[in-house]
Amino acid sequence: MTEPTRADVCAVACADLFAGAGEILASPMGTMPLIGARLARRSFAPDLLLSDGQALLLADAPPLGGTAPAEGGLPYRKVFDVVAAGTRHVVMGANQLDRFGNQNISHIGPHEQPARAMFGPRGAPGNTINHRTSYWVPRHSRRVFVDAVDFVSGVGTDRAAKVGAPFHDLHRVVTNLGVLGFGGPDRSLRLLTVHPGVTVDEVVAATSFPVVGDEVGTTRRPTEEELRLLDRIDPDRFRDKEVPA
Amino acid sequence: MTAPRPRDKRVSLDDAAAEVTDGMTIGIGGWGSRRKPMALLRALLRSDVRDLTVVSFGGPDVGLLCAAGKVRELVYGFVSLDSIPYDPYFQQARQSGRVRVRELDEGMVVTGLRAAAQRLPFLPMRAGLGSDVLTHDTSLRTVRSPYPDAEELVAMPAVRLDVAFVHLDFADRHGNAGYRGVDPYFDDLFCLAARRRFLSCERIVPTEELLADASPQALLLNRMMVDGVVEAPNGAHFTSCDPEYGRDERFQKEYVADAAAGRSWAELAERYVGPDEAAYQAGLNDTRTVDA
Repeated sequence: MTEPTRADVCAVACADLFAGAGEILASPMGTMPLIGARLARRSFAPDLLLSDGQALLLADAPPLGGTAPAEGGLPYRKVFDVVAAGTRHVVMGANQLDRFGNQNISHIGPHEQPARAMFGPRGAPGNTINHRTSYWVPRHSRRVFVDAVDFVSGVGTDRAAKVGAPFHDLHRVVTNLGVLGFGGPDRSLRLLTVHPGVTVDEVVAATSFPVVGDEVGTTRRPTEEELRLLDRIDPDRFRDKEVPA
Repeated sequence: MTAPRPRDKRVSLDDAAAEVTDGMTIGIGGWGSRRKPMALLRALLRSDVRDLTVVSFGGPDVGLLCAAGKVRELVYGFVSLDSIPYDPYFQQARQSGRVRVRELDEGMVVTGLRAAAQRLPFLPMRAGLGSDVLTHDTSLRTVRSPYPDAEELVAMPAVRLDVAFVHLDFADRHGNAGYRGVDPYFDDLFCLAARRRFLSCERIVPTEELLADASPQALLLNRMMVDGVVEAPNGAHFTSCDPEYGRDERFQKEYVADAAAGRSWAELAERYVGPDEAAYQAGLNDTRTVDA
């Protein structure tokens, strides 16, 4: 049996985000979530909808950089309709993330004169308030997992509770070290599993706030079939560049 | 055909740019580094207009206006070059504290334009609730549903524009215009939200030929939505205008590299604006010839 790399485990953990998703639009931001969504579509989530990252819905899950026949059009105006309708699961990145899953992709430092300007809020406020949202963090560190984010782009569980937010639905955070959910006290982040070869202490050391509950499992290993699919979806192993072995 | 022709709206790039005066709010079509009305922008960058409020799904349009010091306030959900995540000139402007910003969720920008297009004071939506968009933009208000659900929603105010600039693939001289790509972006909303609307296009065609290689749905703008039309081939350069041409990735990389080199606006303008559009386009051909 082929021994899976850490990146293989991360890709499958990203795929598992879409387990039981049904007929919704998967919107993966970044290489690993993209590989994960295509793996899910090729295996246990055949009803998932995938876009080409431009304006087409793909009828297949092609390799990275490859193309597939279209099954529909999805220009940005329709993306906003899907966001409002809620039939979407977005996997976003995060420059900062706090214990309630408040996410920052706007800027680091004060709003009036940031030390580092990034994108702006993008669609994060609208995504998080409207439909299921997960995060992918390729380098689990105290720089990302902070006590307080500098700008709340994606809305966390604490703020959502204050404003009502009937469709707010933070699901999981997948990192290079493990998988976290929101089952901690007051719906805070809680470590669910560490990837094979990672210790709980490594996660604790790389996180600014407590995340360990009573039980921490181990992230499942990819099946042989999943490893075969991964090599077809990502033959050049871009996933290993994002998460080195 | 017996009815007289509607009026001819062809103008020059400079005529269109001259409609923008100090302190105005301008909306710029396209998305990120895709189908930006760059020829119109270059004309604007040659003028001495200043203190603009700029509404955009931001790309190098925002970066260049920031680099030229023409911006008082930015209204945006994001600024990105797509194949390169961040625009360095936008970053420099933000990090210097020189420009005021209204950082919105990108869907809020769409809804604000839609409210303006429909002459409504606001439209309700959920995006923004709980986020710091509402913390920092203290002009934003919420509204409670008057129905039994009594849900609290963001009352996204109309984003009204003095002038809109958009770029499409083809148009007639009256301002009917269409696109051949996969995404119209929000160019129609920008036009509907603006008092004065200027359209550049790859080519002007006779009205009878508008549907020659496009479906009626691809005719995004009709002449009620446009005040001036300019034929500007390669007018979205260096952003993409698919399927006419893709993004000039090499040029965009140089644009980013020049930010790190700390060049003055005069130096940047020589490369990225030029003395006029013809010289700018000719310069691109010269570079290509040299490299070949």
